[in-house]
Amino acid sequence: MTVHNMRHGDASDGGADAVGGRLSRVDGPAKITGSAKYAVEQQLEGLAYAVLVESTIASGKVRSIDTAEAEAAPGVLKVLTPDTIISLRTASDWFGTPPPDKPYCPLARDITFSGQHVAAVVAETFEQAVAAAALVKVSYDETPSIVDLSDAKAGDGIPIDAMTKKWGDAQAAFASAPVRICAAYNTPREYQAPMEPHGLIAQWEGDKLTVWEPSQWLDGMARTYAEWFGVPFENVRLVSPYIGGGFGSKALALSHGAVAASAAKMLGRPVRLVMTRPQTFTGYGGRAATRQTVTIGADRQGKIQSIVHRGINETSMDGMWVEPLGSVTSIMYATPNFSSKQNVVRVNSVVPGAMRAPGENPSAFGIESAIDELAYEVGIDPLEIRLRNYAEQDPHARKAWSTRQLREAFAAGSERFGWERRTPQPRSMRDGNQLIGWGVAAGTYPVRRAYGEAIVRILADGSVEVESSSIDMGQGTYTILAQTAAETVGVPADNVVVKLGDSRFPRAGVAGGSRLAGVMTGAVYKAATSALDQLVGLAISDPRSPFHALQANTLVVANGRISSPRGDGPDLSIAELLGSVGRDHIEATGDTMPANSTAQDRYKNYTTIAMALPHTEGDYSRHSWCAHFIEVRVDEDFGTVRVSRVVSALDSGRLYNPKLAESQWKGGIIMGIGQALLEEGIVDRRHGRIVNNNLADYLVPTNADIPDIEVISVGIPDLHSSVLGGKGVGELAIVGVAPAIANAVFHATGKRVRDLPITLEKLI
Amino acid sequence: MRDFSYLRAGSLDAARQAAALPGAMLLAGGTTLIDLAKCGVAEPDSLVDITHLKGLDKIAVSASGATIGALAKMGHVADHADIKRHFPAVSEALWQAASAQIRNMATIGGNLMQRTRCPYFRDPANFPACNKREPGSGCSAIGGVTRGHAVLGTSEACIAMYPGDLATALVAFDAIVHLGERRVSVDDFFLLPGATPDREHAIDPGEMITAIEIPNSAAARRSTYLKIRDRQSYEFAAASAAVGIEFEADGRTIRDLRVALGGVATKPWRARAVEQALKGKVLEPDAVRAASLLAVEGAVDNGANHYKIELAPRVVARAILKMGETA
Ligand SMILES: Cc1cc2nc3c(=O)[nH]c(=O)nc-3n(C[C@H](O)[C@H](O)[C@H](O)COP(=O)(O)OP(=O)(O)OC[C@H]3O[C@@H](n4cnc5c(N)ncnc54)[C@H](O)[C@@H]3O)c2cc1C
Ligand code: SF4
Repeated sequence: MTVHNMRHGDASDGGADAVGGRLSRVDGPAKITGSAKYAVEQQLEGLAYAVLVESTIASGKVRSIDTAEAEAAPGVLKVLTPDTIISLRTASDWFGTPPPDKPYCPLARDITFSGQHVAAVVAETFEQAVAAAALVKVSYDETPSIVDLSDAKAGDGIPIDAMTKKWGDAQAAFASAPVRICAAYNTPREYQAPMEPHGLIAQWEGDKLTVWEPSQWLDGMARTYAEWFGVPFENVRLVSPYIGGGFGSKALALSHGAVAASAAKMLGRPVRLVMTRPQTFTGYGGRAATRQTVTIGADRQGKIQSIVHRGINETSMDGMWVEPLGSVTSIMYATPNFSSKQNVVRVNSVVPGAMRAPGENPSAFGIESAIDELAYEVGIDPLEIRLRNYAEQDPHARKAWSTRQLREAFAAGSERFGWERRTPQPRSMRDGNQLIGWGVAAGTYPVRRAYGEAIVRILADGSVEVESSSIDMGQGTYTILAQTAAETVGVPADNVVVKLGDSRFPRAGVAGGSRLAGVMTGAVYKAATSALDQLVGLAISDPRSPFHALQANTLVVANGRISSPRGDGPDLSIAELLGSVGRDHIEATGDTMPANSTAQDRYKNYTTIAMALPHTEGDYSRHSWCAHFIEVRVDEDFGTVRVSRVVSALDSGRLYNPKLAESQWKGGIIMGIGQALLEEGIVDRRHGRIVNNNLADYLVPTNADIPDIEVISVGIPDLHSSVLGGKGVGELAIVGVAPAIANAVFHATGKRVRDLPITLEKLI
Repeated sequence: MRDFSYLRAGSLDAARQAAALPGAMLLAGGTTLIDLAKCGVAEPDSLVDITHLKGLDKIAVSASGATIGALAKMGHVADHADIKRHFPAVSEALWQAASAQIRNMATIGGNLMQRTRCPYFRDPANFPACNKREPGSGCSAIGGVTRGHAVLGTSEACIAMYPGDLATALVAFDAIVHLGERRVSVDDFFLLPGATPDREHAIDPGEMITAIEIPNSAAARRSTYLKIRDRQSYEFAAASAAVGIEFEADGRTIRDLRVALGGVATKPWRARAVEQALKGKVLEPDAVRAASLLAVEGAVDNGANHYKIELAPRVVARAILKMGETA
């Protein structure tokens, strides 16, 4: 049976409610009025409070932990140390690699970074736990530490062969190129700094664990908890209806979660543990510090002949984090010869983690600064040089782009920005003491694809309910799924209730890599389509249905009403129809998994990232693209940089909701401004400790730092990338902002800053 | 758990008496004190809440000057029409300080008494050595992360920067701190660290700031506060300057000049050498820039804070020139 719901699937026929409409965030009112309950706000009977004790050295061993005083302190229920905490099993990593069969202890005896969890105190009240935690005395045998990448002891690190990319003979082509540039670009440790700090409430009932915890990936985290505690996956329930920002940092179950869940098990009481703001700088990893050298050989017309790229990122002593630094370098420009290699260097830090556009972000800082340097070297406009080297296909995968609206982005952005009025000479534009600079840079992010499932129910009152264990951390999942269900079934979005953030719902993969919207709109579309099929099927074939006599083979559902396409039959509300056929609801599950997927496939898909489809799978290379045009004003006496204008044109394919996509893009650009000008974890080299571990000293942009940002969508539907034609939104826009600003600063001042952030002392 | 008592003072005398007891601390807006208690730096045995005392939040501006009650809120003083008219630098110093939320809570008395932002001072668990916290324990900052530390007025014992903006403006205009009956000039109220960095103010136990008095002057009426920082808002100064100027009748010759520096010194820093060098001279850019270099005479850096020595004179010069322009 075919169902015509007579819609084109964009805002042209559905207003804000349809996919593509500018519906405001449906979770907005709950958040603004405070009725949205975040994870650790649950009120539970018998709740106990855990507080972490962290190492004050960066390297060495715990010699002893004296807990006597803490144990005697008022209200203390338990002091957990490596000796007293229950033993857990090591869990698999996020690829699902079977773990080594050995115990896991979230409290450390061997110290590999300052701020590592060594003990925890659980007490009746939070205040008691805080006070007692200060009484735990830990003594250490300290050993020398490797502070960071610039430490003389750090060495060259470990080559990561999987990161090596090569074609042609890049070295030889560079040696014979008439124009050569070579420079080193560094990015510091950066932190996700979400408003809501990490924390959780864990509660056991028998061998069933419930965890209220902000999460970008309920099913992945539930798997980790299940493996740690050796209970079936089904026994772990994660609940995370609202998340106060994640930016990559809330996708995995972390050691503090293991501590809280262990404490809950040991005490037989629910336990709440929330990190302090300083702990959020060491309790899990931010973006790894990186170093890159980019050499470009070109002819005198600026046509690239060779790119040689070398990258290094830091990782921890016992964890492996690879920040793929050659990811943008290898695809942004056409070059006949290319070589990229990457090493990873162990330092005494927490293992770094994912932060908005891991890999692409620092990678773009290197190549997009270097191409600007090349433009000045050959005397060609920085926009023109990008067009001269435009990659017509993926130079690395040698496949056609699924869609690449980057040329369109350059055109739309430069036009709107007024780029043609730019005078090329550095220091040639000024306003009093302010040197004005205009910079451009491009960005890209791959389309990561995975699978998801959802339930769509049409209820007796005609409303529609969607359930999925996917999440909304502010990016708009609630809203776009409401739009998808509303449009597909044919009801107003007001009549759709979307329930997310509970691992008991149909499953979903990680909300990371900008994949969730594409995955979940696809799953909801399928579930809603089959619910609609059932509804129309009932209306046509159920003898009790007023449409039965019509002998139609199709009906129209729109705006919550059912009628015949020719308008010659009854016209009923969905509720009336369900009433007439005596049904209290219709339910359909939909997923985007390949047909005949086994239960094992499904489990693997939702709890690991192993099943994600490569962005170059099949005949196409799939990416989102953007171009940023940025104006800065640099005070020539003070070296202070202010961003005064941003015009960005972005290709995220089809937008499910332009209002929300624009907001995501702007958020990325704002974060990019912070990265360019402010953000840096500053380490005390003697102690290997981040000293600016709070939001007064780790600076993120304020409203006053952010000018009006204009974003222009240049995308077209890309059906190679997702069911409904969207590409990635969330991570794209931060990529390229920092180099656009650095390039603008060069244009303003004649100084090339290759170390982020561009603070005033670098320009003074 | 650390218990402490909380007392809501009913009268000024009761507050002073309660505050004189060992371990007692006055609590005003709490934006410094509660923060420091959370870091484990302040461990009061008793908190004497003075926010309910009547009459201490008045702002009175007369022919002789302004008197600002110790409990007046930063935000109110910044917005006060007469303060803006007679003491623009004071208003500007306040509205460029902290955030709107903090300015709505924080008081003028508490503002003067705010403590340094030295990260080592604020983290006793990780950095036990801090002469300001624990006299004789050493200084963790020297040899460490010093980007925000002072280059003027430092000692071997402590290089912590005084971060307040308001006091910088006050010291430029010879403001006076009222400790009940006792009067101390702002310049004398703040102490250099010397060998006793734990002693920051000329205030005794049981004394309380009751008001700030700022004498009227032509220089104060034509004044500005220029605050330079990486972030446009909600950051302490990398360097700042409070400048007030009075011209002779010719509108060019400098009769009176006031210059104070913030963000670079261990206390609000009056730059008298700059004032002396320019008084009686015609305001002229090169002369102003040359004289401004005197602001950092004797400055000593600790590596990462070297830029402050370059930056501060430029901030001073810009502020003086700006005041010259608006003749
Ligand atoms: C994130 C952040 C950013 C900030 N940025 C800036 C900035 O840019 N510029 C700036 O100038 N300030 C800044 N501040 C500091 C802020 O201005 C002060 O915290 C505030 O002014 C303190 O006032 P309060 O009333 O809250 O004092 P409280 O915290 O109540 O008290 C502070 C201290 O003063 C003592 N005290 C209070 N009242 C009296 C009195 N009447 N007599 C004697 N002692 C008293 C208390 O015992 C305590 O020791 C910032 C603060 C924060 C937290
Ligand atoms: S500079 Fe002063 S406040 Fe900072 S650690 Fe040294 S003694 Fe303490």
